[in-house]
Amino acid sequence: MFNAERWIEIFQSISKNKLRAVLSGFTVSLGILLFIILFGLGEGLKNSYKDLFLDQSNNVVFVFPGKTTKPFGGFKSNRRIEFDNSDIEEISKQFDSRIEYINPRIRSGGIISYKLESYDFSLQAVAPSNQYIENHILMKGRYLNERDIKEKSKVAVIGRLVARDIFKEEDPIGKFINIGSRAFKVIGVFQDRGGDVEESYLFIPYTTRQQILMGSDKIGDIVLTFNPEIGASGAVSLADDLKKFLKKRKSIDPTDPSGLFIRNVADEFERSMQFASVLQIIVTFVGIGTLIAGIIGISNIMVFIVKERTKELGIRKALGASPSEIIKMILTESIFITAVSGFLGMVGGILLLNSVDTGLHDYFITRPGVNFGLAITATIVLIVFGVIAGYIPAKRAAQIKPIVALRDE
Amino acid sequence: MIEIKNLHKSYEMGANSLHVLKGINFSVKDGELVAIMGSSGSGKSTLLNILGMLDTADAGTYHLDNIKIANMDETKAANYRNKFLGFVFQSFNLINYKDALENVALPLYYQGLPRKDRQKVGLEYLDKVGLKEWSDHLPSELSGGQKQRVAIARAMASNPKVLLADEPTGALDSKTSREVMALIQRINNEGKTVLVVTHEHDIANMCKRIVHLKDGIIVEDKKIKQNIIKDV
Repeated sequence: MFNAERWIEIFQSISKNKLRAVLSGFTVSLGILLFIILFGLGEGLKNSYKDLFLDQSNNVVFVFPGKTTKPFGGFKSNRRIEFDNSDIEEISKQFDSRIEYINPRIRSGGIISYKLESYDFSLQAVAPSNQYIENHILMKGRYLNERDIKEKSKVAVIGRLVARDIFKEEDPIGKFINIGSRAFKVIGVFQDRGGDVEESYLFIPYTTRQQILMGSDKIGDIVLTFNPEIGASGAVSLADDLKKFLKKRKSIDPTDPSGLFIRNVADEFERSMQFASVLQIIVTFVGIGTLIAGIIGISNIMVFIVKERTKELGIRKALGASPSEIIKMILTESIFITAVSGFLGMVGGILLLNSVDTGLHDYFITRPGVNFGLAITATIVLIVFGVIAGYIPAKRAAQIKPIVALRDE
Repeated sequence: MIEIKNLHKSYEMGANSLHVLKGINFSVKDGELVAIMGSSGSGKSTLLNILGMLDTADAGTYHLDNIKIANMDETKAANYRNKFLGFVFQSFNLINYKDALENVALPLYYQGLPRKDRQKVGLEYLDKVGLKEWSDHLPSELSGGQKQRVAIARAMASNPKVLLADEPTGALDSKTSREVMALIQRINNEGKTVLVVTHEHDIANMCKRIVHLKDGIIVEDKKIKQNIIKDV
């Protein structure tokens, strides 16, 4: 295989028959290129789904209060359910081993102002665990802590965009902003990979909010993360148990569908990823189809090339080329062309995917890319089939009697 | 040099079988220049192809330089063709994407000679046929006579024992034909055994012996007074 003389002979044959080489190489390049692009787009689709869930931990469970639709335990229907601090304590106690973090939240209004300007940002009253559940990355200062909760401090952590809009170049830490008519001290700035919306929030301690609301102990909704050790199925049963527990505690008919709602992100994530995986399988199928089309293409071209060269092969045999010499010559040439063009197609596909980068974000495709090992494997598969495709006609040509080959026009 | 006995060859043409050679007995000594004559269909090309190991006989024996040629696999046959035989065809059969020198050097490639040596030897033989200046020309840039001379140089490059020419002047005008035949006579005079298949009497008369084939058998085999070409 590594016979320098043969390589010279082959390079000559390739360089003197450029069109033929380019045509057969093009088929291979195109096959690999399309395979990699399709596969990369599939990967990008999957990434988009992953990103949808990126700003939160995957093990999040939401508990929202609703309105009853059935009378139960002496209560009339159409009763609005409300959570309070004791619910949080009881849930923590009851599900201690299965819960990682619990976060009571109160959605709040109020005009936010600094100096003479007022701003329109979302405000939420939360517990310190909010940081871990929402995956907030602290850029400056500190987050809310247990002391803020206990002392009902008038402090706020603000999102990156809030800091940028209100304070511009100023350092926001230690500055006071007005929320409603009260002054809150900014203690920290956070980032969120979830994007602009997530970074346009201000968070204050939920106890502070309750104090402002005349010593209420009511809570808007509850967000919690389950202990990852219990897994997706554990999360489903946790959500069921939680529902049963709270319905009993709040005197809601167990069959009432709208007394309270539980959303399990793990479950949704799983389902979305399954959908994305199915999409990728389809895309992979199409990709493999392209690869097969490439293989068929190279096979046809090899048959054609050998046919076209029959007379030349006859001359070579008359001059003393042995059958194995003929086979080696055709095979080395076909391997060389397939390998080079396969590699070009692979590199081209990867470069194209990289250049697309964020360009296809609007089409729900994020960071399209392809596993390098897979790209190599696909290329090798195509080369192997190129060899087989070349071998069959080469062997046939090598066995033709020289006199028959010479007669070929 | 060549010794054949009772050679038979038939071609299957669908359901019919065409008996082309019907028992040929024939021998050629070292240094002879033999013309094989006959009309088309007489079997002369078939005989040459069998002698050249491009085709195989159905029955009979063939000895080339005291070696029995029979039941050879293609690899061995290729090796013998390369070492013992040089071919010249009516349609030249040059490889069109190789220049004159590369065409001449090709048999040496199959002998495993390094590239440098091939080119040196190839150039020598091109010089012998008077085409040294044309070494880097493609066949498409050469005239018919030049192409045939390149083909002869190629056939001679591997220094074969026998030169086989199948209608070497069939595609050439009479002036070029004489040039090519003069070259063949010169090669023969240097001691090479040469067999020329032709249907032209004046070409045959330039050889030293004429074997006449008709319907697959030798009808005449005579030594003649050679018409030596001097005016080229």
